[in-house]
Amino acid sequence: MSDFNQELDARGLNCPLPILRAKKTLNAMSAGDVLKIIATDPGSVKDFEAFATQTGNELMGSSEDDGEFHFLLKKGG
Amino acid sequence: MSEKNLTIIATKGTLDWAYPPFILSSTAAALGYNVTMFFTFYGLQLLKKDLSLSVSPLGNPGMPMPMGMDKWFPVLGTAIPGMQAMMTGMMKNTIKSKGVASVAELRNLCLEADVKMIGCQMTIDLFDFKHEDLIDEIDLGGAATYFEHAGESDVNLFI
Repeated sequence: MSDFNQELDARGLNCPLPILRAKKTLNAMSAGDVLKIIATDPGSVKDFEAFATQTGNELMGSSEDDGEFHFLLKKGG
Repeated sequence: MSEKNLTIIATKGTLDWAYPPFILSSTAAALGYNVTMFFTFYGLQLLKKDLSLSVSPLGNPGMPMPMGMDKWFPVLGTAIPGMQAMMTGMMKNTIKSKGVASVAELRNLCLEADVKMIGCQMTIDLFDFKHEDLIDEIDLGGAATYFEHAGESDVNLFI
């Protein structure tokens, strides 16, 4: 996975907390910055896709590693 | 992105049914929706400062119970005094252990995200609710107030 500006540990959190924490973290970031999120909620895979589509933040990457889901979100302008 | 609007009418005051309105509202707010929640009848319990919500297995055959009790435990047994408190305690422990937010936490996230909350004035009069028992962040209104928001809204839900 490529570089990121900030990391959010959302492991152990269930719907809708990973999305809400990500949104809150993104609010304090600048356009173009990349947020890495680590989650364990399998539902977050579809949810981060939907979040990106609806908010104009770009989902640059989504992968699974040993039961953990990694996402890279680039903050939109 | 154009702004969208959501309204939700929350009508239920049990621990389990407190979740859908607050989960959907907080998430919609995170997606950029303007959200208005209207709390009426038992839903008004969700606006109390002191959230003491319960869940009951009585008359709820869909509720999973420990040790498969929902399969063999007599329905009348779920009416035993103390059963509701016990099931509520178990449900709260499960909620915590699975990383699901508490109702109070979700409500706070909604308030932080500027979700507008309206308490039904008629219900307050009907059930003699006291204003000081309800959280300060709410407005009070009636059906017409609800439609002022619902008429301009993209999604309207009744829960």
